[in-house]
Amino acid sequence: MNPIETQKQYSDYVDKKSPNSPILKNCFNAFWVGGLICSIGQIIFDFCKYKEMDVTASNTVVSIVLIGIAAFLTGLNIFNKIGKFAGAGSLIPITGFANSIVSPAIEYKSEGYVMGVGGKMFTVAGPVLVFGISASVIIGIIATLFA
Amino acid sequence: MEFIQSIDLMQLLRCFVVGGLICIVGQVLIDKTKLTPARILVVFVTLGAILGGLGIYKYIIDFAGCGATVPLTGFGANLAKGAIESVKENGLLGAFIGGVKASAGGIAAAVFFGYLASLISKPKMKKQ
Amino acid sequence: MNRLGKQTIHFDNPPTIVETASIVGPKEAQGPMAGYFDQCLEDEFWGEKTWEKAESKIIKETVNLAITKSGIPATNIDFCFAGDLLNQCISSSFGLRELNIPFFGIFGACSTFVEGMCLASICLEAGAANNVLCATSSHFCSAEKQFRFPLELGNQRPPTAQWTVTGSGAAVLSSNGNGPFITHITPGKIVDMGIKDANNMGAAMAPAAFDTLITHFEDTGRKPSYYDAIITGDLGHVGKDILEDLCKTKGYNINANYDDCGVLIFDKSKQDTHSGGSGCACIGTVFSGYFFKQLREKKINKILLMATGALTNATTSQQGESIPGIAHAIAIENEKC
Repeated sequence: MNPIETQKQYSDYVDKKSPNSPILKNCFNAFWVGGLICSIGQIIFDFCKYKEMDVTASNTVVSIVLIGIAAFLTGLNIFNKIGKFAGAGSLIPITGFANSIVSPAIEYKSEGYVMGVGGKMFTVAGPVLVFGISASVIIGIIATLFA
Repeated sequence: MEFIQSIDLMQLLRCFVVGGLICIVGQVLIDKTKLTPARILVVFVTLGAILGGLGIYKYIIDFAGCGATVPLTGFGANLAKGAIESVKENGLLGAFIGGVKASAGGIAAAVFFGYLASLISKPKMKKQ
Repeated sequence: MNRLGKQTIHFDNPPTIVETASIVGPKEAQGPMAGYFDQCLEDEFWGEKTWEKAESKIIKETVNLAITKSGIPATNIDFCFAGDLLNQCISSSFGLRELNIPFFGIFGACSTFVEGMCLASICLEAGAANNVLCATSSHFCSAEKQFRFPLELGNQRPPTAQWTVTGSGAAVLSSNGNGPFITHITPGKIVDMGIKDANNMGAAMAPAAFDTLITHFEDTGRKPSYYDAIITGDLGHVGKDILEDLCKTKGYNINANYDDCGVLIFDKSKQDTHSGGSGCACIGTVFSGYFFKQLREKKINKILLMATGALTNATTSQQGESIPGIAHAIAIENEKC
């Protein structure tokens, strides 16, 4: 092996030397767990339709139920095991958003219910709301211009 | 029983496959880019909002149902759709009301259940 | 006391490590080193309400155990050097606030244990003290909370990630004694090779370990084969591999007698710890529990102990800064030289 002089050489060498994530296995697990979570959502959705709710209300019920389940599983310390196994499969569906709100809420309980739970609840998920809501406002403004 | 018979299995299959494929995109981002979970969620919600704003995402929803609405791209698309629809009713004011209004259920549920879970649960060691 | 070469100090009346103590958490208790620790905990809270309090209790009890085992009354211990990973070193200062021994809080990230022993040795050799205490701690849960994500977040750890050791190691050093002696110290420089990946600490710290190791050999004129064991703190599987490679580029082959505490403390295949253990307590507990006993039983006689640290925090990694590494080495031998 040649002597390593520069940061670039070292960084290239480290990339070669570090083991990679088992991406095929991870993708397979993400695929079927993610698909399964969406399918559970679909069954809830179909049930709402069966109960003659409209599409918007049905979608909201799907979100609330999946968020509730994810929050419950996070509270039981089960969600992190699912997340470790499924990766993006449980992160990308709305369950991941719920988990990212519930997990700091539980973790920072030791700093109190106001500034701990209340204040730290959005440390992970805050950016999602900031970017999502800001994007919707910008899109709304653009829509106004074209209306 | 009547409900179970009413489930459209082809619809469910499309939902499973499309939802799974969207998650694979996220998994590739996790493994290849070293983005943190929060950043990946931001990418998905923003992308969803843009696709929703351009009117593309609704075709994916028509095809895959919850396979498109449950992933966070659906959350973003819903924000955009809400803003656009509200603009038609309320003008510029709608841009500020519509998005949050359309996704109010999800946000409120996450906040409420999050607080509730923190009351009943306590941090625990990861075993692995 | 005299200087050798660039940065090594040789002691004429080398201080003795009188006694050590170690307490570890439940996961460490399932690892291959379990039998050597003084106490293994059954749960990470140890009856406390927060992770931070649990860590403070662990260091407090470890220090008390080390003092009791040494047979030196606490009133005869002149100084204490201690530090940990939490902001402002609160585990050490809160845990040791009732100790009643003059206290130096030190921060060297995971290199703290050996940094403390370096300072303590100088203190003893200079005649400023007769007995000195060194201690350090880390806790998986408090470290995850401060440096990474909440424990309940469902994320995946990449294969290069390391697992922070829950536990504490403490050592009582004295100017009088029959060894094992700290004969040389080589405090290290801060070395930054531009690694930014907080999930690859081994790669970030290996260049610092390499720098200190080569400097030690050049300053003392010793070769790797002089030591029965060369032990690094927490480079893990990835960092260990890199250090062996780096040493070969300078013509030193350390493979025969080199090992890393992060590799030793967990069983990679069974415990899913990826690249191995890390944290202040990694070298603290493995040295206190295992290597010190090996030295005292004369199963090994010469060891080069090198603790490695990543001098980073959550803010700097969010700001996209690279991770500076550091490594301090001490030579511990059963014979004065």
